[in-house]
Amino acid sequence: MTRALRIIAANPLSLTGLILVLAIVLAALFAPWIAPFPTHNSAVVDFAYANSAPNGRNWMGTDLVGRDIFSRILYAYRISLGLGIVVLIIATPIGTIVGLLAGYLGGWTESVLMRLVDVFLSIPPLVLAIAVLGVLEPTLTNAMIAVTVMWWPWYARLVYSIARSEREEGYVLAAEVIGAPTTHIAFREILPNCLPAIITKMTLDMGFVIIIASSLSFLGLGVQPPTPDLGSMVAEGARYLPDSWWMTVFPGLAILFAVFGFNLLGDGLRDVLGADE
Amino acid sequence: MSSVFRILLRRLAISVIVLIGVSMLIFAIARIIPGDPARIALGPNANADQIASLRTEMHLDEPIIAQYGYFVADVMRGNLGQSLYTNRPVTVDIAEFLPATLELVIFAGILMVGLGLPLGILAARHRGRWPDHLVRVGTLLTVSAPSFVWAVILMLLFAFYLPLFPVAGRLTDSYEIARVTGFLTVDTLLAGNFSAFVDALHHLVLPSIALALSGIGQAARLTRANMIETYDKPYIEMAQAFGFYPTRIARRYAFKPSLIPSLTIIGLDFAAMLGNAFLVEAVFAWPGLSRYGVAVILRKDLNAIMGTVLVIALTFLVVNILVDLLIAFLNPRIRHSTRASS
Repeated sequence: MTRALRIIAANPLSLTGLILVLAIVLAALFAPWIAPFPTHNSAVVDFAYANSAPNGRNWMGTDLVGRDIFSRILYAYRISLGLGIVVLIIATPIGTIVGLLAGYLGGWTESVLMRLVDVFLSIPPLVLAIAVLGVLEPTLTNAMIAVTVMWWPWYARLVYSIARSEREEGYVLAAEVIGAPTTHIAFREILPNCLPAIITKMTLDMGFVIIIASSLSFLGLGVQPPTPDLGSMVAEGARYLPDSWWMTVFPGLAILFAVFGFNLLGDGLRDVLGADE
Repeated sequence: MSSVFRILLRRLAISVIVLIGVSMLIFAIARIIPGDPARIALGPNANADQIASLRTEMHLDEPIIAQYGYFVADVMRGNLGQSLYTNRPVTVDIAEFLPATLELVIFAGILMVGLGLPLGILAARHRGRWPDHLVRVGTLLTVSAPSFVWAVILMLLFAFYLPLFPVAGRLTDSYEIARVTGFLTVDTLLAGNFSAFVDALHHLVLPSIALALSGIGQAARLTRANMIETYDKPYIEMAQAFGFYPTRIARRYAFKPSLIPSLTIIGLDFAAMLGNAFLVEAVFAWPGLSRYGVAVILRKDLNAIMGTVLVIALTFLVVNILVDLLIAFLNPRIRHSTRASS
């Protein structure tokens, strides 16, 4: 762990990523204490300060009903990060198990499971999520379901490709020779060798889940107002371009910073863990 | 050539299986909808008799397998049902809106390949020096924001602050162009109206850049990684030992083998762009499939949702078959082999 930290700290880009991610996680965790206007995460109005450009009181300006954009961004980070964590916690094990079984067992299991994965991968990810949300009600929970449905196949493919090459390795053969049960070989022998790639992918994917989730709410299919979400904030503000530019530019940059942070950190982790893409 | 042909057959066979799966998936998504599809279709004022007769017409009282059978039979006949939103056949709607989306995605695809690959090559050739760092950070930035954020930023900078490009739409209203293909860049040329063609291109610039940015980043990063791997191969060292110019080594020896793995990902990125077109179209009021798609989703227009997803999945499959064929054609090991490799 300390070795990993030292390697990350040695690379200015990875270090920037680590700092960005830490800053965003802390900002999300302590939003109620950091936000200058902690009540602005709901349907309050403050018309006296409506539609004001960035100033000393509202660093990133206010929206049409006078809510502080900066405070809302902090609360929106809570939604984005929470959604990302839930999606990855559900999607990663599903994809990993499917990929491990397909890669290690081979034969019919491999054909059936991987064709299933192909089916999910042959609908553009965002379109699949939009379709799932189209028939369900657009809520936070359903957005999580929709994103999870499109996410697990990528883990299945990643783990599958590693497991397939590992199954020919000597240590797997050795375990088979001494009669280890299939589940032991898959989960105790092969899985640990997939972990570096999985962890790297999860870090990078935190960023991509934030992108997809904000895209859904941008289209009005995700988190519903008055709950602040970065995507819906951009969509709302886009109607008042170019005059009220702060309503779109700051939430947009907030997405960019978060995803950029996770990408930099993910790249750094890849070097530390020696995982390939 | 025969092995390329065999790969085509194999790909087509897999695609048929995948397409059957996709149709099942879409059918399943349509069936998890809460509530009675017939009631939704008829609206709140329908009486029980009307609902019952529509249920019979839609085969809703029959077993789920039979319902799937009817769905597939309809799709095979090119019948995607009636849209509740436009009161027209879904196929007519899609034929109207798909070309605008495809035109946008194709232009973005050209940008992705045309800028992404050269940037990746540039970075790999100057590995560890400033052009490399610049490309790495720049491309990481472009993949770090959704296309709607880029769309808003580009619009603000180059349509409002510097009014270089139009804010919205596909064509200035004063042009009347007869619709032949639905691709305005093609239709304007067919009409012989060159200034309208330029106008259509002018409208395409910002949306296609917004859509392409993250793809450019991904293509560049991948090409760079593959090129660097190739540069470490002994045959490149030999070419260097022969004293070949670096440009020649890059073009003739390092680029080609690196291109092949990149192409697969470019195919996948194309798919992502079909989805992201929804976001860019919303920002630039682009009259493509997105506005239709979002409208039918908000109205729970089942036939239209299923039809739209099916057509997008089909487009994606076709693109991936083309990419696989291109790879087979570019890869001498496949092109010259007598047996198709697995």
